[in-house]
Amino acid sequence: MLPELGHFALILALLLAGLQAFFGIAGPLFGRERWSAAVIPAVAGQFVMVATAVGCLVASFVGNDFSVKYVAENSNTALPVFYRVAALWGAHEGSLLLWIMLLALWTVAVAVLASRLPRPFLARVLGVLGVISFGFLLFTLATSNPFLRLDPAAGDGADLNPILQDPGLAGHPPVLYTGYVGFAVAFAFACGAMLEGRMDQNWARWTRPWVTAAWSFLTCGIAMGSFWAYYELGWGGFWFWDPVECASFMPWLVGTALIHSLAVTDKRGLFKSWTLLLSVLAFSLSLLGTFLVRSGVLVSVHSFAADPSRGVFILSFLIVMIGGALSLYARRAPLLKSPAGFELGARESFLLFNNVLLVMAAGTVFAGTLAPLISGALGLGAVSVGPPFFNPTFMLSMLPLLALLSVGIHASWKRGRLGTQRRTLLYTLVAAAVLGCGLVYGIYSPGSGSLLTPIGATLGMWIILSSLVDPVDRLRRRLSLPRAVIGMTVAHIGLAIAVIALTTVQSFTNERDVAMAPGASASVGGYQFRFDGVAPIEGPNYGGVGGILVVTRNGAAVAVLKPQKRQYSVQHQVTTETAIHYSRGNNILVALGDDLGAGRWSVRIQIRPLVSFIWIAAAIMALGGALAISDRRYRLARTADAVPAGTAPERA
Amino acid sequence: MINRFLIPVVAFVLLVVVLAIGIKHSPEKGIIASPLIGKPAPQFSLPSLADPAHAVSSAALRGRWYLLNVWGSWCGTCRDEHQMLLEVRRSGRVRLIGLDWRDDDGQARGYLQQLGDPYEFVAVDHDGRTAIDWGVYAAPESFLVSPAGIVVYKCMGELTPDIWQKQILPRLGQAQAAGS
Repeated sequence: MLPELGHFALILALLLAGLQAFFGIAGPLFGRERWSAAVIPAVAGQFVMVATAVGCLVASFVGNDFSVKYVAENSNTALPVFYRVAALWGAHEGSLLLWIMLLALWTVAVAVLASRLPRPFLARVLGVLGVISFGFLLFTLATSNPFLRLDPAAGDGADLNPILQDPGLAGHPPVLYTGYVGFAVAFAFACGAMLEGRMDQNWARWTRPWVTAAWSFLTCGIAMGSFWAYYELGWGGFWFWDPVECASFMPWLVGTALIHSLAVTDKRGLFKSWTLLLSVLAFSLSLLGTFLVRSGVLVSVHSFAADPSRGVFILSFLIVMIGGALSLYARRAPLLKSPAGFELGARESFLLFNNVLLVMAAGTVFAGTLAPLISGALGLGAVSVGPPFFNPTFMLSMLPLLALLSVGIHASWKRGRLGTQRRTLLYTLVAAAVLGCGLVYGIYSPGSGSLLTPIGATLGMWIILSSLVDPVDRLRRRLSLPRAVIGMTVAHIGLAIAVIALTTVQSFTNERDVAMAPGASASVGGYQFRFDGVAPIEGPNYGGVGGILVVTRNGAAVAVLKPQKRQYSVQHQVTTETAIHYSRGNNILVALGDDLGAGRWSVRIQIRPLVSFIWIAAAIMALGGALAISDRRYRLARTADAVPAGTAPERA
Repeated sequence: MINRFLIPVVAFVLLVVVLAIGIKHSPEKGIIASPLIGKPAPQFSLPSLADPAHAVSSAALRGRWYLLNVWGSWCGTCRDEHQMLLEVRRSGRVRLIGLDWRDDDGQARGYLQQLGDPYEFVAVDHDGRTAIDWGVYAAPESFLVSPAGIVVYKCMGELTPDIWQKQILPRLGQAQAAGS
């Protein structure tokens, strides 16, 4: 009964999304206020229906209803309840439902929080969101219905993919998707403004908090995925340039560019057409990511469900949404005029560099991701592009970006003279070089690192120091410090910490795969590892073996690590549970490899310095975003519709 | 004057063309025919051809890539691909496991003695039930299974040097690159 109710709720949601799209776009177009007003009930109704569908599916999972095909394929009676709920997004159909649920949540958030925006504009924004929702609901109902019945019902389920049975993964998709889907709001705002033909600074100000919110979620989501890959996949790596990772990274890069170009449009009224284009692109890349992951055109370690027929549907949807938005852009953007220009060396020019470099970085990732597809289309055979391509090309745009950041935040709007800031920058650079080189050559041994190691550490330190100059100065002079400035500073410091952590990890990782018999010892990176053999383990839905490694440093005990090799009973899949210890800024990771017989095991030992700071840095960046959103001026912007922009003299 | 704001649309159209070709020429096209792709490989525990008193099971195969080759001494095409199988064994790139399908043990042993034995071991499927589990239509067929026990590729018919080069090696290579 419940699955049918859920299915029915989804169909109603589709109809309501259609109404929302029609009233939202047609209402303002024909000047029918009552049509426009009907959008809000449609939004509310659609949300209730989608929530009902999600509730029905969750109930089927929790109640072990194996007559539902999706539940039978992704759950099991032995699966703990927590994972039975998380199994909702364990495969394709449920992931789509989660996507739709989050879009409905964002839509409701827009309807509530932006309720003071001009009526026709709000109606258009909600209308565009309705079109997106309609497309995804249609896709789900037509090709990927999670409520299909299984006849006869399965006695027990096939269990959730064991590598997904992990707390990190339970949280990763919802957060990542919240970020992905959040860019739909920026897309809708841009389309709303273009439909209306009023692409002024207000539009940019209204969009800013939404973009920052989506970006913060995406940052967290990517970091969680990377952390999960680090400790669960058993390779000890944290980033593989896998197509799915790239698919989430491209919107992040473009979203970062969008945050900065929106600042210029909001403050100075410049870059309007460029900002519009970025708003469209950020969400287009989210959709493209969905296409790449779901259609199976690219082979990836992540593609859980791939089906070419779904690819055709998503491609058609891409053509309608992205093609439509870009055509609208081609018609509207030529009408935009930029007011006064700016001098080279002014803050605007640095933000322009920022945008060019970020989009360039996204472009290289895009090219690398699609390379196998393009070469296939040209008949050149399967070409796969890996880290040897991504690492250097990505660095090519990132190094100048980091170097210009410190100067950029000290430049003033409009005028290109740095004045007294020049001395501050020089002092902070010298101090950063001392600190950076001290970190590289003092704490970590030199030799193994390349020239990029001290450069990376110095640039990171420079960003931290130069970011702090202005806020510290304001605090000393007891001047007010807007949340937007605090947020920006925090986010930049987060980025700097990520840069420093990545630099040390790349240069000073110690890794060895050793064959160990019980009682044998190995020495890696100043730590000694003694293998005490393996013992059987028993979990709720898995068995396996757990190894014991005693870690010491110069005779002093550091940790006892217990990596596991689990065999899940239903799918007979083996997963590697790494054991990680944090010591003196180092992550010591051990993983059990193959059973070599006679009690001997291959063991992977890996020592990565500062690697946890990569994920901490991502959390700091997201925190910066959250602080920036809480700034007073956005709350004021919500209450006042038409305050002329640019009146606030602050330098955020 | 050309509208420079049309550039994104034009670029997008090109992208759509590439993606459409991507769907059409999807390298997976032929393989998706097997519902087993992406699913855990079916389990088996069968007598060994070398020593029927001794059982061989799929449980022993986990943790490394293997290629399960379904054959029979009665099958002509299997004879054709045998040279290639010996090549595969020599390359050492993947464990090669045989599934002797609906065959006579004596004839199968003679076949391997005559042509050379490329397999690490051969499981004997007298009644063909394991072959049904694996969805075998006709011999020969070869299944590439990942260390996690997931079927990633199915070759229907003769395993040719071309398929080995273009379908199987890239999958092994990719996994090694990702794992390092």
